[in-house]
This record gives sequence, C-alpha cells and structure tokens, in this order.
Amino acid sequence: MRRYLRRIIQSLSALFLNGYWYFPISRTIYQGQLKSICSPGLNCHSCPAAITACPLGAIQNFMAGIRASVEAARYHFGFYVLGWLGIIGGLVGRMPCGWICPFGLIQDLLFKIPGRKIRIPDIFSYGPYIFLALTIFILPIWVVDAFGYGFLWFCKFICPAGTLEAGLPLLILQPTLYGMVGHLFYIKVAVLFFFFTWSVLASRPFCRTVCPLGAFYSFFNRASLFQLKYHPEKCTHCELCYQDCPVDIKFYESPNDIRCIRCLVCLRESCAFGAISWEMGGIEGQSSRPKTSLVNSQLSLVKKTQLPDLTNDQ
Amino acid sequence: MRKGPFIIIGVFLLLCLMGTVTGEVRYVLEKAVSICLDCIGIG
Repeated sequence: MRRYLRRIIQSLSALFLNGYWYFPISRTIYQGQLKSICSPGLNCHSCPAAITACPLGAIQNFMAGIRASVEAARYHFGFYVLGWLGIIGGLVGRMPCGWICPFGLIQDLLFKIPGRKIRIPDIFSYGPYIFLALTIFILPIWVVDAFGYGFLWFCKFICPAGTLEAGLPLLILQPTLYGMVGHLFYIKVAVLFFFFTWSVLASRPFCRTVCPLGAFYSFFNRASLFQLKYHPEKCTHCELCYQDCPVDIKFYESPNDIRCIRCLVCLRESCAFGAISWEMGGIEGQSSRPKTSLVNSQLSLVKKTQLPDLTNDQ
Repeated sequence: MRKGPFIIIGVFLLLCLMGTVTGEVRYVLEKAVSICLDCIGIG
C-alpha cells in the first residue's frame, strides 16, 4: 500500500480533475462554476471531462487579452491565476508535478513499459524556462491580431495534453469537426506520439524539457514551506536515490533541486539509511526508511552482534 | 522557523485576492467553459 500510495493519489487526482463523466451523453464540456478554479496540474479545460480550468491556458488567455483589457480599462493581468499557483508553489514547490498532474501520471505509466532506457541530457533542463517565457508570456502579449488579441501559443502549437485530453476526444464526440482538421492538428498529434515514445524510453521527458507549469513551480522548490532535508552523517553515497529518481537528481548533491518533482521516491523507497527527511513549517517529518525488510534485518543484525573492532590489533 | 515561505505565500495570496477583486475569476470561468477549437489545434 505504501509503495502504491503515490500512484493511487495520482489516479484519484486525474479522475477528480476529469470528473464530468456525463459528457458522452451531453456531448459537450462541463460548464459549471468549478471551472473558475485552476487545476494544480496540467489538465486541459477543453477536455470534455475536465471540471477545472487549466492554469497555463488561463494565464495565456490573460496575456493574450492584456492589450485589449488595458484599452477597455479592465486591467486583467492574470493575478488570480499567478497568485493561486504561487500559493501552491509557496506551500509545496513542485509537488503537484509528482502527485497530482494527470499528464505526469501518463508519463510515469509509459515509463513502466520494459525495455531499453535512456537518460535525458542536462542541457534540456533549460527548455521549460524558455517555453514558459516565450509561449506563456512574451509571444501572447507581443504577437497580436488586428483587434489587439494574442494567440495561445503553447496550447495551439505544442501542448500534447490538450491534444490527448481535448483534441482527440472532441473529434470522437463531434465527428462534424473532422472537416476543420488541418495540418496543425496532425503536427500536434505527432508531438503527442513523440512524447509518448520518449516517455517509454526516458522518465518524464515532457516535464523535464518543455512543461512551463513545472518551470513556474520550480522557482519555489528551495523556498517553499515543504522542504526535504539531507543528513550527510547518515548518507553512504550508495546512489540508490539517484537510480530511482524520475528526474535524475543526486539528492546528496542538491536537496530541493529546482528539477525535483517532490515525488518522494528517494525518501519513501530508495534511501535505506535515514539520510533523507522532510520538514514543513518547522514540523519535522519522518526520515527515509529501509527499502526492504532484508536491509532492515541486516542493520538490526549489525547492531545486535556488536561486531569487534577490527582496527584494534590486540 | 523560516519566515521566507510565509512571506511568499502572503504575497501570492494578496495577488490572488487582487485578481479576484478585479473580476478575473469570472474571466477564467468564461474562457474555460467554452471550447476554443483554435486553441487546441483544430480549425
């Protein structure tokens, strides 16, 4: 149960965030008041089952309409969404990536498919920040149509979650839309399959190379209320945490690294020596536990047998 | 106890409230309840 806790929470989150199961009958998307709240993870609000708004879609809408908003003296700058994401980030950093995001769950499941695995070069870790700056803020504000409105660059040209959760299901629900499908949609489907394939080979490629939402949360990792703590006196540098880490972080070199998605695999499953613990607002959490009962029994055996000091020549 | 996280949360809470007061919640709802085909690559 302990081992599957994260998977259970991820699955329940995905089901909850996409909890409008009446859509096969209504043949349209959910239109209730819950959609004024943004999901903590990447979840397209054009998905027929989605009951919350996508934070990236919402921010882009604000940025795209910022000129028109100022001209109309409405002054909508996206403070509501940015504030909401900042509160989450200030509390737990990137934890929603590891525990709530439905697209993260899909990538995690694809990575379970057995086969040859590859690591993602560190240079790609700059990608999410470039996509955050360009596609979420700069381009939607800068490139506008004749009426002063910008485009939702990330949603329109990149987002594979939108293609999977909204584009494809809407085409199934409303076959009349087939006539509107153009080259752009085929490119987006290719992007989706590219990330699906990459997810089988490498862990969380979309989160690590593209996701602007993860990039936003990452700014809070080192300053959030929730912090992971490293106890160097207990660490043996066995690198089990590094081997199990879905984003290839050596915890002992960089606790609370900005790339860390706070999945807590290192704390809950990898570390057998209690070198990792957590803290939230001054409240200390439990430290890491041995991975298997075998390690447990070995450690207790060492303590009980009181091995003689082999360095003593006498 | 570290004060930094509480300051950050307070600042963003204020930001969130400012957005709420200026009617941004309604704007998010308006955009989220309509299907933007252009935004998902169709059309």
